[in-house]
Amino acid sequence: MNPAAFLTPVLHDTLQVSLPLFRTELALAATIVLVLLVRMLPGLRRLDSGGVALGGVLFAAWYAWSDLRSLPGSPWLVGTALPERVELFTGLLVFDPLTAFIRFLLTGALVLFSVFTRITGIPDREDAADFNVLVLGATLGMCLMASANHLLAVFLAVEMASVPSYVLAGLLKGRRSSSEAALKYAVYGAGAAGVMLYGISLLAGSLGTVHLPTAATRLAAIGRAGFPDGAAMVLMLGGLMVGVGLAFKLSAVPFHFWAPDVFEGASAEIGGFLSVASKTAAVALLVRVALGFGMPAPASEPVPQAAAISVAAEDGQARDADRAGLAPVRSFTVALIALLAAVTCTLGNLGAYGQTNIKRMLAYSTIAHVGYLMMGVAAAVALAGANESLAATAISAVSFYLATYLFMNMSAFLIVAVLRNRLRSEEISSYAGLVKTSPGLVVLMGVVLASLIGLPPLAGFVGKFLVFAALAEGITASAEGSILLALLVVGGLNTVLGLFYYLRVVKVMTFDPPPADRPQPSVGLVSLSGAAITAFVVPIVIFGVFWSGLYTLARLTGGIVS
Amino acid sequence: MSQPAFWPLTLILFLPAIVAFVLSLPIIPKAREELIRWIAVATTGVVFVISLIVAVPALGGFGGAMFSVGEPDMQLIVKMPWIDAFGIEYLLGVDGISMPLVVLTTFLSVLACAASWNISKHVKAFYVLFLLLETGMIGVFVSLDFFLFFVFWEAMLLPMYFLIGIWGGPRREYAAIKFFLYTLLGSVLMLLAMLMLYFNSDVTLLSDEQLVAAHVVSPQLQAAEQAAAIADLRASGSAVHSFNLLALAAIGQMPNSPFAIAKVFGMNLEVLAFLLLLIGFVIKVPVVPVHTWLPDAHVEAPTSISMILAGVLLKLGGYGIIRICYPICPGGGLELAWLVCGLGVVSMLYGAFAALAQKDFKRMVAYSSVSHMGYVMLGLGVWSAVAGREYAWESWAQGVNGAMFQMLAHGISSAGMFFMVGVLYDRVHHHNLDEFGGIFGRMPVYAGLAVTVFFAGLGLPGLCGFIGEVLVTLSAWNYSHVYAALAAFTVILTAGYILRAIQRVYLGAEYRGPHEEALTPLTRRELAIATPLVFLAVVFGVYPQSLFEYLTPSVNQQVETLATWTRDVHDAEAAVDAVQAARDAALEHVAANSGVSTP
Repeated sequence: MNPAAFLTPVLHDTLQVSLPLFRTELALAATIVLVLLVRMLPGLRRLDSGGVALGGVLFAAWYAWSDLRSLPGSPWLVGTALPERVELFTGLLVFDPLTAFIRFLLTGALVLFSVFTRITGIPDREDAADFNVLVLGATLGMCLMASANHLLAVFLAVEMASVPSYVLAGLLKGRRSSSEAALKYAVYGAGAAGVMLYGISLLAGSLGTVHLPTAATRLAAIGRAGFPDGAAMVLMLGGLMVGVGLAFKLSAVPFHFWAPDVFEGASAEIGGFLSVASKTAAVALLVRVALGFGMPAPASEPVPQAAAISVAAEDGQARDADRAGLAPVRSFTVALIALLAAVTCTLGNLGAYGQTNIKRMLAYSTIAHVGYLMMGVAAAVALAGANESLAATAISAVSFYLATYLFMNMSAFLIVAVLRNRLRSEEISSYAGLVKTSPGLVVLMGVVLASLIGLPPLAGFVGKFLVFAALAEGITASAEGSILLALLVVGGLNTVLGLFYYLRVVKVMTFDPPPADRPQPSVGLVSLSGAAITAFVVPIVIFGVFWSGLYTLARLTGGIVS
Repeated sequence: MSQPAFWPLTLILFLPAIVAFVLSLPIIPKAREELIRWIAVATTGVVFVISLIVAVPALGGFGGAMFSVGEPDMQLIVKMPWIDAFGIEYLLGVDGISMPLVVLTTFLSVLACAASWNISKHVKAFYVLFLLLETGMIGVFVSLDFFLFFVFWEAMLLPMYFLIGIWGGPRREYAAIKFFLYTLLGSVLMLLAMLMLYFNSDVTLLSDEQLVAAHVVSPQLQAAEQAAAIADLRASGSAVHSFNLLALAAIGQMPNSPFAIAKVFGMNLEVLAFLLLLIGFVIKVPVVPVHTWLPDAHVEAPTSISMILAGVLLKLGGYGIIRICYPICPGGGLELAWLVCGLGVVSMLYGAFAALAQKDFKRMVAYSSVSHMGYVMLGLGVWSAVAGREYAWESWAQGVNGAMFQMLAHGISSAGMFFMVGVLYDRVHHHNLDEFGGIFGRMPVYAGLAVTVFFAGLGLPGLCGFIGEVLVTLSAWNYSHVYAALAAFTVILTAGYILRAIQRVYLGAEYRGPHEEALTPLTRRELAIATPLVFLAVVFGVYPQSLFEYLTPSVNQQVETLATWTRDVHDAEAAVDAVQAARDAALEHVAANSGVSTP
């Protein structure tokens, strides 16, 4: 074979198609290099590496926003629309509305996070470069998770996001609990990654490919043949093992044990980052993998000269046949995700009850919220078989939830970090009577916690409402209606369960008398940290009342199924 | 603005919240407590005056918006898009059922605001929360969009939690979380029902006239614009869901309604949704066995909050049942009439017996609320328009009118009773029934007013409590003799505990409790709060027509519609089903006899 004939389409694919749509990640990678250079080069050493990182992240976020608003159907469209779905790098990654949306969320979270760390003063100047490189690297991995279209890319992305996270968890070098958290996280993560890799190899062996759209087509062919006994067993085992890896990233029960320890051991800043960014990426990845196997991929934009590499687009009839063939796969996936979601949500809420440390409590709260998000994913997969536009609604619900969750948890951890700097404590009991000295802060924390409970008119309620709406819609519209109904009931009851522990924090801050031996700190809102907290919390209220705009944005992500 | 009701209703609704927001900013220093109190009272006062001007045509209307008494339909509609993706609207409106409740709310808010004058802890925070609570309460009564309704319904929870939890009595934390938990559980069930109804609704099933009548398409548009909007709705060819309460009601009452056809858990959706909504609402009413939050909340809450709690919050439950449960899920209402009435009677009796057993004055009044709200449930649930009774909807209308009147009357009398208890508590700091006595001698004016209010609660003819009870009891007779007899029997129990309380507290030779020296006459502020309550208790008792003018047209129209629905839709469908079943049975019989299988 003539090497040129092979190389030309690959080069074209890489340079003309893939790299322009990959510029967010490229900006992040360039920032990493820049931050490292700043430290190495003598003349640049006096530059603030945090500032450099923030600048690079702003660039990345701007690129992510430009991609997002140029999606077809976007009301903010300027110029020509981007294609709906393009496979990048010969099918390893995919650019579609979900990629664009999650990238924007992740880079947006990174912007907020950079502001956050500059206010709370962790890391110190010494560690700043390491810290920023690690955070940027993890985010890069997470962006890849959101756009993975190939199980190998999934594995690489998960590892790329995880390894920096392990180090970040152990960043507070002097603290034993921090080192313990890092070790637990790393060991657990390595185990989960191994299992996932084994699962991927099983799937690769039985399907002959791990490119998700091709795998779905093969799976549908096997499905139409009625899943011969041996094949079904291997496939289910492979699916379960991949599920283990995803569940670890999601901190879904029973793979959640690392989360409370890591959140407690790591600094509040890292907790905020992990709970928001890493969960966002993990949920997006779950959507990718579950829908990747659960339904035939929508047609990609044909890439000129690269037809040899990309999968031939199927016509409508073949897609319908494939969709029908994948019905058992969907049932299996929905049942699995639904079971995990129900257990995760319930155990997360119950686990939060006994916590005395606020970060540990927020860790369990994160687990519970992942449960709600997984309910939305279950609804999306169930609906994908019945009605694409309804599945799109379910995916939009998950996206919206993710966006609001970003603000809620970032604010919660920011407040925890600010209070830590004043109180030198992260025990809930140390917040007693804070309302007397810092009323504004307590009100904002109250808003955040009420939003986490899901009370209107706050953003947390809208997210929950949308997920529940997707479940309710699926009851009659999908084949797995009874599972979704059960999830809806479980989700509803969990909302009530969650009330106790969130409200307990508010109760301690407002009802309990302040400690007699020392005065409580006064954090006014007319200060740098106060203003930042306000800026983080205001969107929670705004998106709770005027959520049309954000929902329009989230609706774009529904495009991945149609 | 082509909607004359926009500003009046929006002001009534959001003025308290806006003032609360301004108060929460550090513009007015915390220490200026007197100023903050006056601002709050002035705000509630302004809201009350606006609502009164809107409600009473004789006052000329506000900005072109005037409630027309005797008009049964929804009026003063405000319709603005809010969330297009789900068809959620800022849809407000009032009719004869909600208008009096709105005025009751704004009226009691003024009084409760004035009654909180002696709150000295965190004054600013108290009034901020209080004003937020007022917005939530009014919002529930004026919302015609289910989502909006739900938002206001839940928005009340947090302010109430803090109002009980911070300013309450010794067990305030327990009472506050219990209140929150019960109500949140109820509202989650409501949310589930709301979502199921939403996704099974389809406004394109309605006729053009119904779409306009339900304000899905605004009647204010020109005919051509209306036609275009309707064509737009129908153009997609797929179902158009809606949260519009009027549209949902029209869908629920149509022949072959999707709510009646859809099955969830093997249950008809309309029955399941009715049940879920009912649980959500009766927790608020409250009804035995989900009433246990109420005595705790009442006993711990400060006086003014007890007044609001008893006077308005309990009415939200009853209002929800009459506005949402029955019109939207009439089939569920018909099927579960026994449950609604049964719950009413049980609460009535249980509340009365429990009140008899109390040693705590405030707790006794709290249980009396449970008992009195039982009448509301019984009145709402009486569904005598069933086949075989010749669709005598008049007696059902009597029950619902009685229930509505009872709600308003109870709003006056229970707020009054809690205020009277609070007056004593402010002086002697206890609620112990056995440690009072001789108040008549020491505070004659107060005792006279208090006894009048308590008699109103007792249901003495000539006072407001009588009318509702007697109407409910009479109409219950047509539904079930046993229920009517029990309702009548409860009056004796009520007399028992009220008279006992009057005897223990107000009569007697001498005061037997602590802080005897503190029993000073009513202050002018207290007198200003007590007098209007007593006055209204008498006016509504002597001239109930003043309220019925508002209530009856809307109530009668709703009841008549539902009665017609029972005859023309429900029973007709049942008859068709019966004929079908008989035919199937006959065919089977023939087939079995002839040995030939039928398809």
